[in-house]
Amino acid sequence: MTTLDHLRNRDAVLRMSELEAEQRAAVVDPDDERMIINMGPQHPSTHGVLRVTMELQGETVLRSKPIIGYLHTGMEKTAEDLTFLQGPTNVTRMDYAAPLFTELTFSLAVEALLEIELPERATWIRMLMCELNRMSSHLLFLATNGMDLGAVGMMIYGWREREEILRFFEKVTGLRMNHNYIRPGGVAADLSDGWREDIQDILNVLPKRLEQFDVLMTGQPIWRERTQGIGVITTDEALALGATGPILRSTGYAWDLRRAMPYLAYDEVDFDIVVGTYGDTFDRYAIRLNEIRESMRIVEQCLERMPEGPYRVQDRKVTPPPRARIDESMEALIHHFKIFTEGFKVPPGEVYTAVESPRGELGCYLVSDGGPKPQRMHIRAPSFANLQTLPHMMHGGFLADAIAVISSIDPIMGEVDR
Amino acid sequence: MSESRSSLDETTEHHEDRADDSERLHGALLTSSRGQIVLHPSSESYHGLIELLMGEGYNVCVDLCGADHLGNETRVLPSAIEPERFELVVNLLDVSARRRIRIRVQISETNPFVATISDIHPGAEAMERETNDMFGVCFEGHPDPTPILLPDGWEGHPLRKDFAMGRIPVQFKAVEGR
Amino acid sequence: MPDLSDIKHKLGLGDEGLAGLGHNIITAPIEELVKWARRRSLMPATFGLACCAIEMMATGTAHYDMARYGMETFRASPRQADLMIVAGRVSQKMAPVLRQIYDQMMEPKWVISMGVCASSGGMFNNYAIVQGVDQVVPVDVYAPGCPPGPETLLHAILALHEKIRTGELTQRRDATGRGAEIELGHEHAPDAQPEPVIIRTGGLYE
Ligand code: SF4
Repeated sequence: MTTLDHLRNRDAVLRMSELEAEQRAAVVDPDDERMIINMGPQHPSTHGVLRVTMELQGETVLRSKPIIGYLHTGMEKTAEDLTFLQGPTNVTRMDYAAPLFTELTFSLAVEALLEIELPERATWIRMLMCELNRMSSHLLFLATNGMDLGAVGMMIYGWREREEILRFFEKVTGLRMNHNYIRPGGVAADLSDGWREDIQDILNVLPKRLEQFDVLMTGQPIWRERTQGIGVITTDEALALGATGPILRSTGYAWDLRRAMPYLAYDEVDFDIVVGTYGDTFDRYAIRLNEIRESMRIVEQCLERMPEGPYRVQDRKVTPPPRARIDESMEALIHHFKIFTEGFKVPPGEVYTAVESPRGELGCYLVSDGGPKPQRMHIRAPSFANLQTLPHMMHGGFLADAIAVISSIDPIMGEVDR
Repeated sequence: MSESRSSLDETTEHHEDRADDSERLHGALLTSSRGQIVLHPSSESYHGLIELLMGEGYNVCVDLCGADHLGNETRVLPSAIEPERFELVVNLLDVSARRRIRIRVQISETNPFVATISDIHPGAEAMERETNDMFGVCFEGHPDPTPILLPDGWEGHPLRKDFAMGRIPVQFKAVEGR
Repeated sequence: MPDLSDIKHKLGLGDEGLAGLGHNIITAPIEELVKWARRRSLMPATFGLACCAIEMMATGTAHYDMARYGMETFRASPRQADLMIVAGRVSQKMAPVLRQIYDQMMEPKWVISMGVCASSGGMFNNYAIVQGVDQVVPVDVYAPGCPPGPETLLHAILALHEKIRTGELTQRRDATGRGAEIELGHEHAPDAQPEPVIIRTGGLYE
C-alpha cells in the first residue's frame, strides 16, 4: 500500500464545513457516540489563534481539522505596495519567533533577482544572527512546550535564557523582535562594539542551563510518559504532506537545507544534523533542544572566523551612501533620498529561494516586473505546511495528547496565516 | 548524525535566463530563470506532468501559489506559451537527489479551472485552498474546497490586482468625548 | 530617629502589635476601597494574537515580573478575567470572536490595546486587518510600539491602574458610547465593500 492510500484510508481529516460541524454538534444521536468539539481560536494551548475541530469518541480523537486564518494579515498584498527595500519590514512580522529568517529568505530572493554578490562579512553576520535567532526560537518552543504539558517552571526558565539572546539582538538591531535587520544587499548595521564578549557570555551561560533542562525535562519520567509514543508520524507521511524541519527530522530523515542545499556559508562550517528515531513528540522536543547545541557550535565558528570588510554591498544601486558622505556631497544626498523614496529597480524575472528556519523550509517566491516594487511576493511558510500533519498525528490519540501534539508542531500563527 | 554533502544538480547551475523553445521535458517547455529550472505545461497536461515528475523522484510539493500578472508587461515567458492573466506556480523538491523544479501553468481569467494535485501530493491541499481564496482559481476534484484564510462568506479575491488594497480606511476620530 | 512606640501609637497599634488592630477603625470612602481592591488584583485574559503576544508573555515571566502587580495569573477563561490585553493585529475573521470574548467577560472590565496594530492597524493598512480594535471593543489604554517592549506594557498597566484609581466607579460603556462601531453579525460591514478598482496606479485608495 502506498503512503497515499494509507493517508487516505486512515481518514484523519475532518472534511466538513463550519456550518455542518455546528449542525452536527447540535444533534444528539443516542446510538452515535461520536461528537464534534471545537477548540480555539482563543485557547491557551493553541499557540495563538489556531482553531481545531475534533471528532471524538469518548476520549479518543478520530478526525480533526485545523481551521486557520484568524490572523490573516494580508501581508502578501501589503508586500506589493512596499519597495524591495521596505520589504523586510513587512515579512519580518510573519514568523515572530524567528523574524530574521523571513528577512533572510526575502533578501536572498531580491539578491538573486538583482544577481549581486554579497561581501563576505555580510554573509557571516547573517549566519551568526540567524543561528542566534534559531536558539532563541527553540528556547521559546521549549518554554511553551513545557507549559502546555504542565511543566510551568520551564516557561520561566526558557524565557530567562531567551532574554539573554534578545538583549544582544536589541544591542545590534535596536529591537527585541521584528528587527528589519537583514536587508537586500547586506545587513542594516555592523555588529555593535564588544559583540564578541556579549556572545561569549551567552555561550558561557547556555550550556549549563541546557543541562538543567535535561534534568528538568528530558530525563523526567512524567515528561517521558506525556511525550513518548505520542503523535507518531513516518517519513513517507511527512514528505507526502510537505512537512519539513524538526517534524521531518524526527522521523529519522536527515533533511536540513543548510546541509542539503547550502546557502550563505553553511558549507564552510561544521555542524551536525540532529535526527530522531520514532517521529514522536519526544523526538521533536529532543531535536530542538539539541539543535540549540548545534547552533552554538556554529556561532562559535562564526566568532572565530568573522571576516573584516564591509557589511553590505558597495553597489551604489542598492546601498544608500554612508551617513558621513551625505553631509559632504549633494549627489550622495539625492541618491540617499531616491533610494528611500522610490526604491531601487529590480530586473524582471521570478525566483524561489529557500532557507532552513527553525520550523522547516522557509521559501520566498518573488516576481519582479522591473519596477521598484514586487509584482508578487509569496512566502512559503513551514508552519502552514506542517499544520497539515496535525490530523494525522492526533488520529487515534487521546484528547489530552492533542495538546502535546499541537505544541510539538510549534506553529507560529503569524506565519501560517500571513 | 551527519550526512555527506554533494554538489547541486549540474543542470541547476550556470544557466542564463532563457526563454527560447529549444528544450522540453515530458512535453513541457523547459526554461531557466536565474539558474532555476522552470517547466511550462498547459493547464490540461499539468496534472499528468506532476504525476510523471513524481515518478521521476520529485516527491515533495513544497509550495503552490498563484500569481496575477495583470498589468505586467515585462513578463519573462517563452514565445510558444500564450500568456494568461493568472499563473499557478508549483515548486517541487526531490529530496533524495536534492534538486528542485518549478512549474508555471497559465490559467485564463475567464475559465480559471485546473485539476487538483492533492491526489498526488496531499500536502498541496491547504495550498490549493489558499490559492482559491486569494485568486479565485478553482481546483477540480479538490476534496475540501472551503475558504481557508478568509472568513466564510467573503467576497472577492484579495490578491488579484484589481482588488483594492485597503478596505477600511484608517479613521482618525475626534478627540472630543474620549 | 523617631521612637518606635511613637509610630505604633500614631498608627493606632498600641503595644499589642497587630492584635491591637481589633479595636481600630479605618475610615475611607467605600468607593476608594473598591477602587483600591480592583486596582490591586487585575486578572488579564490570555488574548495573544500575534507578535505582541510574545512580548506580553515576556512581561509575565521572570525578567519583567508582572506578578508584582498581582497580575501574573493569566486566565484562560474570559469569565474569570477583568482585563483584556489585545496583543496583536485583529483580523476581520478574528474581530467577531474578540467581541464575543469581550462580552463574556464580567463587569467591571478593561481593555488595553497593545501595539500599533491593535490600536490603529499599524503598517497593515489593508483588507484583512481591522483598523483599530476600538472599532470592536472600547479601549481604555493604548500602548504604542511595534512591538511595545515589556516596559511599555508595564507603563500601560500603571496608566490603567491610575485610571481605575481616579476614574468613575460605575462609569460604564453606554455612558460614553465608545467602541463597538462595527456592526456585529457581519464579518465585514456590507457598506465597507468598495467598488473593485481596476489596477492601482499609486496611492492606496482610488
Ligand atoms: S504592533 Fe507590531 S509587534 Fe504588535 S502585532 Fe502588530 S506587527 Fe506585531
